[in-house]
Amino acid sequence: MISTSTPRSNETERYYNYAYLDEQTKRMIRRAILKALAIPGYQVPFGSREMPVPYGWGTGGIQLTAAIIGPDDVYKCIDQGADDTTNAVSIRQFFAKVADVATTEDTAEATIIQTRHRIPEQTLKAGQVLVFQVPQPEPLRGLEARETETRAMHAYEEYGLQYVSLYENVSAYGRIAATAGYPVMVEERYLMSPSPIPKFDNPKMDDNEAILLFGAGREKRIYAVPPHTQVRSLDFEDYPFEVQTWEESCALCGADDAYLDEVVLDDVGTKMFVCSDSHHCGQRRAEGHVGPMAGHQLAQGEAEAAL
Amino acid sequence: MSLGIDLTQIESGFSDPVFGSQSVFRAVMDAVARPGTIADLGFAPEPPEGLGRAAGAVALTLFDFETPVWLDPSVDQARAQAWLRFHCGCPITADPQQAAFAVICAPESAPALGAFNIGDAKYPDRSTTLIIEVVALTGGAAITLRGPGIKGETGVSPVGLPADFWHQFAENGAQFQFGVDVLLVAGDRLMALPRSTRVQIEGV
Amino acid sequence: MAYVSVKGGEKAITNAHSWLAEARRGDPRVPEIDVAQIREQMSLAVDRVMAEGSCYDPDLAALAIKQARGDLPEAIFLVRAYRTTLPRFGASEPVETEEMAVLRRISAAFKDIPGGQILGPTFDYTHRLLDFALAAEGASLPAAAALSETPQPYPMPTIGSVFAHEDLLERDERPEAEDAPFDLTREPMAFPAGRDQRLQALARGDEGFLLSLAYSSQRGWGSTHPLCGEIRFGDVTVEFVPEELGFPIEIGELSVTECQMLSGFSGSAERAPQYTRGYGLTFGHCERKAMSMAIVDRALRHREVGEQADAPVQDEEFVLYHSDNVEASGFVQHLKLPHYVDFQADLQLIRRLRREHFERNNPIKVAAE
Ligand SMILES: [Zn+2]
Repeated sequence: MISTSTPRSNETERYYNYAYLDEQTKRMIRRAILKALAIPGYQVPFGSREMPVPYGWGTGGIQLTAAIIGPDDVYKCIDQGADDTTNAVSIRQFFAKVADVATTEDTAEATIIQTRHRIPEQTLKAGQVLVFQVPQPEPLRGLEARETETRAMHAYEEYGLQYVSLYENVSAYGRIAATAGYPVMVEERYLMSPSPIPKFDNPKMDDNEAILLFGAGREKRIYAVPPHTQVRSLDFEDYPFEVQTWEESCALCGADDAYLDEVVLDDVGTKMFVCSDSHHCGQRRAEGHVGPMAGHQLAQGEAEAAL
Repeated sequence: MSLGIDLTQIESGFSDPVFGSQSVFRAVMDAVARPGTIADLGFAPEPPEGLGRAAGAVALTLFDFETPVWLDPSVDQARAQAWLRFHCGCPITADPQQAAFAVICAPESAPALGAFNIGDAKYPDRSTTLIIEVVALTGGAAITLRGPGIKGETGVSPVGLPADFWHQFAENGAQFQFGVDVLLVAGDRLMALPRSTRVQIEGV
Repeated sequence: MAYVSVKGGEKAITNAHSWLAEARRGDPRVPEIDVAQIREQMSLAVDRVMAEGSCYDPDLAALAIKQARGDLPEAIFLVRAYRTTLPRFGASEPVETEEMAVLRRISAAFKDIPGGQILGPTFDYTHRLLDFALAAEGASLPAAAALSETPQPYPMPTIGSVFAHEDLLERDERPEAEDAPFDLTREPMAFPAGRDQRLQALARGDEGFLLSLAYSSQRGWGSTHPLCGEIRFGDVTVEFVPEELGFPIEIGELSVTECQMLSGFSGSAERAPQYTRGYGLTFGHCERKAMSMAIVDRALRHREVGEQADAPVQDEEFVLYHSDNVEASGFVQHLKLPHYVDFQADLQLIRRLRREHFERNNPIKVAAE
């Protein structure tokens, strides 16, 4: 299942360092990672570099991966939970090219998993690093536009504004109407944005086995959650945190405990729900799990990939 | 090289700086992410006398012109400085407050943890990381650690730290988000004690 | 109508790349444009790409413009991504614009100033009538412009030197030689920003964004009543002090545009009334940009002169965080990437809220269903 990349072309080798970044930049990022791990949830400013992909397209995650990756790593890259989304394919090809690294779609095989908007369904384990691409690292940005203000709020643990905003939510909608990028408290000290993962994934961050690294290239921030760290989604006693659930199960593999994507099949309301985690779904089907629409064309590519 | 050191006498660095530093970094990252666990950096090159292999490996991996380094006066300054300047290009500072890293080889006589930079409220990352050479990472009195990176609790037993080190370290942790971060090294081996680690001292 | 969902990213990307290459080339019956032609005949585009790409290399900029099919922000991005991989040797000595080999130099403050008004190659007094002769193939070479009969003074006095004897204009502030300038390409933005950080950010900033901000200031949103003290364009030499030599050596020549805007200052208890300045400097000939930069720089200095600050152009965090078109373009365009995971989360919530809304407002209808 692990595919070995083609050797780096002479062109690339001649013009660029291993894993694209120069060694000084890697050292700078590595130092930031260590501080981020030492102060869980705190956003470390770093000298983010211009990358050959646009800001907002994973430059933070790419810089983190480039700073940690070595030839022995096995690299997986997902976007929206899927290995075959175009940007994930593009980033995976980038590292196969510049870092001579083996790539995989298998969550368990990977040593570095770079992700946008999801945490894989399969429980991560020690020895794995999950690298998040983060568009906006500041959980308070929606409430306060100024970095100078939000930095002070974190410094003095002034998170009242966040609670007020959630409470206003409750008064307006009868519940906390936050769905993705749902803010968390790390070790009861730093308020942290989990990146725009659905709140469905929030509980996976608490006391997990892997190292979680978050990189925001455009905003020039790195933060981290070490293994076995307390990560609590904000809530109120009378309005406890709850995750998304579906009445439907995955049309392809029948999973009823996975995060589902809604796939629109026509313009009169026919739709199907399928696992957002493409590898998880493929693996379940390979194990013989069958959903109500098993065999649908959507399953073709994934079934091949899972083999 | 104003120190009058013959360049040919300087001990070598990584035979392959790109992959050498990557391997060391991953080991150090894992150690910081899992305080109390021990990393073996025996594959790193031999640094000048007075520095352990793990300490040297950290220096080669993380020091450069952006990181002022406080160097323990007990180390052969000329030799160690020449090596650090040649391989890392790092400025050497005598002021613990200016140090991004401190290399401590004689923990008994070194300044207290609190003498180094503990960062500021808005930028607690601008703090010193201390690399402290001890006799051994195991075999001493048992200390219990808790905190991020530790499942429940874990025991460590380094040998060669000053008697009041753990009190200093507890005080360091009590002022979180401020604080220094510590890498204990003993020869080839390394263990991390980030400021987030809480220490339980027996009988206190 | 049935929808086919997007899968098989790898093949799609490869195909898109070859289609892009085909589109870039255009009609193959038309000769291919070469990089030297772009460098020589699209030189102002090249200058903008060098200025905002923060990399002085006309050939690379021309290549980037060709590769980007003339999309300048895309070309700027290409140059930036290349630049970031280059080794950094250090900071040069400050360039002395007084010693510029001047090609253009004008002042709006005086009818004539020492050194004279030199129009140079400017669009300023052209009538904007399309010149159809340029559309004709094999057009003859333009006649060479006449040379001045009076030799140009060297060094060319600056607007500052004109005012110096009266101390009417604030003097040049020179940073201490040992202070390394802020480097935005290696350090994240910090606030409050020093002038070095601010000017660097503005010099890299998007011309359109700075132009609009400068215009907003002129219209009264944070006005500084600017007057164009001087604009000069020409070549300057760059000097660098290598560590091992300890003295400056000349490493090359740059074309730059410099603009000094003057703004009146009515004085305070400590400071006599005086003209203050806003400063703009760009690689190449980017006059609109240099002027906008100077106005914005001056507006951002409101704290130094105790001006009230309530306009966008005076808001340092707003201006500096939003001036970079590589950042802005990336983030705006990242909305093209799939967001269906967060959208699904949102959809679920909206459906639920709508259901609850209708239940509250029309309980009978729901009950009837
Ligand atoms: Zn499924």
